[in-house]
Amino acid sequence: MAEVLVLVEHADGEPKKVTAELLTLARSFGEPAAVFLGAPGTYAKAKDYLAQFGAAKVYVAESDDIAGYVGAPAAEIVAGLVGTASPAAVLVAATADSREVAARIAAKIDSGLIWDATALTPELVATQGIFGGSTIVTSKVTKGVPVVVVRPNATAPEAAPGTPTEQIVDVVISDAAKGAKIVDRVVEAKSGRPDLTEAQVVVSGGRGLGAAEHFALVEKLADTLGAAVGASRAATDAGWYPHQNQVGQTGKTVSPQLYIAVGISGAIQHRAGMQTSKTIVAVNKDPEAPIFEFADYGLVGDLFNVVPQLTSEIEQRKAG
Amino acid sequence: MNIVVTVKQVPDTWAEKKLDAADKTVDRQSVDNVMNEMDEYGVEEALKIKEAHGGEVTVVTMGPAKAVETIRKALSMGADKAVHLSDDALHGSDALATSAALAKVISTLSPDIVITSSEASDARGGVIGALLAERLGLPQLTQARKVTVDPASSTVQIERLADNGYALVEASLPVVVGVVEKINQPRYPSFKGIMAAKKKPLTTLSAADAGLDAAAVGLAGAASTVVTSEPAPPRSSGTIVKDEGDGGTKVAEFLAVQKLI
Ligand SMILES: Cc1cc2nc3c(=O)[nH]c(=O)nc-3n(C[C@H](O)[C@H](O)[C@H](O)COP(=O)(O)OP(=O)(O)OC[C@H]3O[C@@H](n4cnc5c(N)ncnc54)[C@H](O)[C@@H]3O)c2cc1C
Ligand SMILES: Cc1cc2nc3c(=O)[nH]c(=O)nc-3n(C[C@H](O)[C@H](O)[C@H](O)COP(=O)(O)OP(=O)(O)OC[C@H]3O[C@@H](n4cnc5c(N)ncnc54)[C@H](O)[C@@H]3O)c2cc1C
Repeated sequence: MAEVLVLVEHADGEPKKVTAELLTLARSFGEPAAVFLGAPGTYAKAKDYLAQFGAAKVYVAESDDIAGYVGAPAAEIVAGLVGTASPAAVLVAATADSREVAARIAAKIDSGLIWDATALTPELVATQGIFGGSTIVTSKVTKGVPVVVVRPNATAPEAAPGTPTEQIVDVVISDAAKGAKIVDRVVEAKSGRPDLTEAQVVVSGGRGLGAAEHFALVEKLADTLGAAVGASRAATDAGWYPHQNQVGQTGKTVSPQLYIAVGISGAIQHRAGMQTSKTIVAVNKDPEAPIFEFADYGLVGDLFNVVPQLTSEIEQRKAG
Repeated sequence: MNIVVTVKQVPDTWAEKKLDAADKTVDRQSVDNVMNEMDEYGVEEALKIKEAHGGEVTVVTMGPAKAVETIRKALSMGADKAVHLSDDALHGSDALATSAALAKVISTLSPDIVITSSEASDARGGVIGALLAERLGLPQLTQARKVTVDPASSTVQIERLADNGYALVEASLPVVVGVVEKINQPRYPSFKGIMAAKKKPLTTLSAADAGLDAAAVGLAGAASTVVTSEPAPPRSSGTIVKDEGDGGTKVAEFLAVQKLI
């Protein structure tokens, strides 16, 4: 069986859930071979997780050159592995960083690229929800080794414990790939909440909140649900919540089990980022708000009454 | 500073977007088309850099004849000249072919800074900036929410958006920059700008003019293909309830029945 290269998505070695999803997907049509790229000493934190989710092999490339420059070194290493391993496909998570790496890999190996796949058959036919999920297409790479960028939450991760063989990659990065040097990383918001794109539950707030401090209502509800916090563009434009948390056409695309929209009207551009959520709940005081046209459960009311009541009701149910 | 900014014409974001039934490419005929909104931020950033450090801003687009409207908009905002790569043979190009074609045109302009935006709203690949860096062999300064050019040291520093903050990234000119929304506030074209735009130089290139092999671009050269296309099952509206003082409890009950809590 041919290898399927899976680019490990991690933060300083801590694997992201989407990595398990990609390994599970890879197993459906080949031999999952994880590619771990990171700073020296980071692989140790990912090792057990990759074994747990069925990596048959792990290519380990640790180097300050990988963590120290944007995109190009990672692409160089993976393209090199494609040359030696002749994999059936390369799977990459649909994160802002990795999709750029995926594109560079495809260019280097002269192969087709498909982004935002929500499913992939063993024949490598991908499903993409385009135009904000309003049209569903299936597509296929027709040239080279398919590079497929897969959405988080596309596959349910299944454990398949094993003992992967480890292959240490000799990291030699060309000078050309060392153009964009990362001189510092600045953490502005450490929330402790799940990643927006990976979360099973997302609670988002919009202009209806009226002020930055009222996002505390949304955060409190999110925390009782173990949810990530999102925001509409009206809220991020107003500076009430970080741009990184924006959901929609020019923000993140999320596809959780449950999406709760608080004080959000449901404009087409917001909808583009969340309409593939399994269940959508909306709280809005305007019965004519477009969000009610596609919410599974809509509550017409003042969020300042509804949201605190909902939060305490959930807390009580959890306690009882 | 010789600045090139890429712009793409896309269906208006408020329009219902569709694929053409025959060749499964974006239907650009039946909708209003506009400049990709994020590209307005790219043009604005180019103009700001020019205003601070001098130089010239060249707009580059690849697209059908009517994409010239988007070029005009960029010129009326203040860009100096434009190159329009337009050829039926380019119709249906994938991201790899698009980036190769744009890179070919851009390299003839010998830019110090190439500016793209992080995403086009029709296809939402978010990859062209990285691909241009790859093809042109230039440093990739994408996902930038702030750009600082230092002509004295010939370097550019950006704040690259990250999930929990940002990375400070630095490179020597020439570079490819990709901007995100909120980096600036794009200006509106003034009446004077609109009038001036009509007289600004515009070069239209065919694929052959640009030195492109017609077999390597367009639908013919695409490395991926759409197999099937259909509308998503419509999302019907569910239960709508008016708050009678117990709205929060009602929502919790719904979540419990759905086994979501
Ligand atoms: C090119 C382009 C890209 C865009 N990209 C995005 C994007 O990525 N994400 C995005 O979200 N938007 C995006 N937008 C903006 C989008 O069009 C809307 O303007 C935006 O989503 C509105 O945000 P909102 O729903 O919070 O605000 P509004 O539309 O103002 O809605 C606020 C809602 O809150 C309700 N409300 C007010 N007070 C209360 C209360 N006390 N209790 C309950 N409800 C209350 C109101 O009834 C109203 O429905 C984009 C627009 C364009 C043109
Ligand atoms: C719904 C849909 C899905 C697609 N999926 C795929 C896919 O999976 N794989 C694939 O290879 N191709 C795909 N394509 C084709 C691809 O979108 C085009 O080749 C496109 O030109 C490049 O991708 P983008 O528009 O997403 O660019 P992005 O990477 O999102 O654009 C970033 C920036 O690049 C610049 N730019 C992009 N295109 C042009 C242009 N023509 N002229 C000037 N500047 C430009 C703009 O400044 C833009 O803001 C898809 C197209 C559609 C409509």
